[in-house]
Amino acid sequence: MPTFQARINVMLKPLVNDPQGLAVRDGLHTLGFEGVSTVRVGKRIEVTLEASDAAAAESAIRSMCEQLLANPVIEDFRFEVGEVVAG
Amino acid sequence: MRAAVLVFPGTWSDGDCVYALSCVGIESRRVWHRDATPFDADELVVLPGGFSYGDYLRCGAIARFSPVMDSVRRHAEAGGLVIGICNGFQILCEAGLLPGVLMRNDSLQFRCQPTHLVAAEHQSPFTRGIARNRVLEVPISHGEGNYFADEATLDALEAAGRVAFRYCDHAGNVTPEANPNGSLRNIAGVLSEGRNVLGMMPHPERTCDPLLGGEDGNAIWLSILSAVPLGGIMGA
Repeated sequence: MPTFQARINVMLKPLVNDPQGLAVRDGLHTLGFEGVSTVRVGKRIEVTLEASDAAAAESAIRSMCEQLLANPVIEDFRFEVGEVVAG
Repeated sequence: MRAAVLVFPGTWSDGDCVYALSCVGIESRRVWHRDATPFDADELVVLPGGFSYGDYLRCGAIARFSPVMDSVRRHAEAGGLVIGICNGFQILCEAGLLPGVLMRNDSLQFRCQPTHLVAAEHQSPFTRGIARNRVLEVPISHGEGNYFADEATLDALEAAGRVAFRYCDHAGNVTPEANPNGSLRNIAGVLSEGRNVLGMMPHPERTCDPLLGGEDGNAIWLSILSAVPLGGIMGA
């Protein structure tokens, strides 16, 4: 069975306030990066899995995101899946 | 009545809960999270505060997979009483037993301080014994207690009288200044649809004895006792 790796980004939904992002933005302003208008902080999750094909891997990853990796009340997710080629 | 105080890896308020319950005469037993034995129908199930599973991924997100949570779900569905405090509230939200989510405090600070609470409704076992307009002083101790749900959910909760507690000032006024963490609509605690499950961020078990500076938290346990006739079951 081929091996796939998924790179998942979990971000707060656009309408959800992100105080962490605001604090980082203010820190960047203090460093002199005055052109910074917005910072949003999220999570990156990497999952390696075996699946029969890319479509099956994507389907499994989507289900993982919906059930655990993201909280649908406040977070959106997106991901890309690539096959891991040995050697 | 008896209480079952759950212990997950990283739970730290179980001892305080056992002590607080003893102050009002409720005997309790600790239940390890791997124990899937059903609860007695008239048991009060307590999910205490702490940092279950190190708050990995999101607060409460991993604890919901513990075997004991199947029993909690069945107990809640059968009308049994469940209270989640602080991390316990976060677990109940992640498990889908209560709506919404507890986000990072808007200050980004861990807040350990007294807060004032007013019961926003008096029709639940947890609040019906609390006098209207009574202000309770109960401490918080959390970094992620910022209650969030979408506007439609908040409206529905309010319409159904499912907001149990709001943060207020010492006189009982619900103001932005009295809000310690950014919770929408100053919400400090919410109830399930059946009103038999309560989640709240403040720690009633930490104000259970005059030696600790107050015993306002006992109002919640005493309310439960008054709602459950000796040997009887809520809603049965």
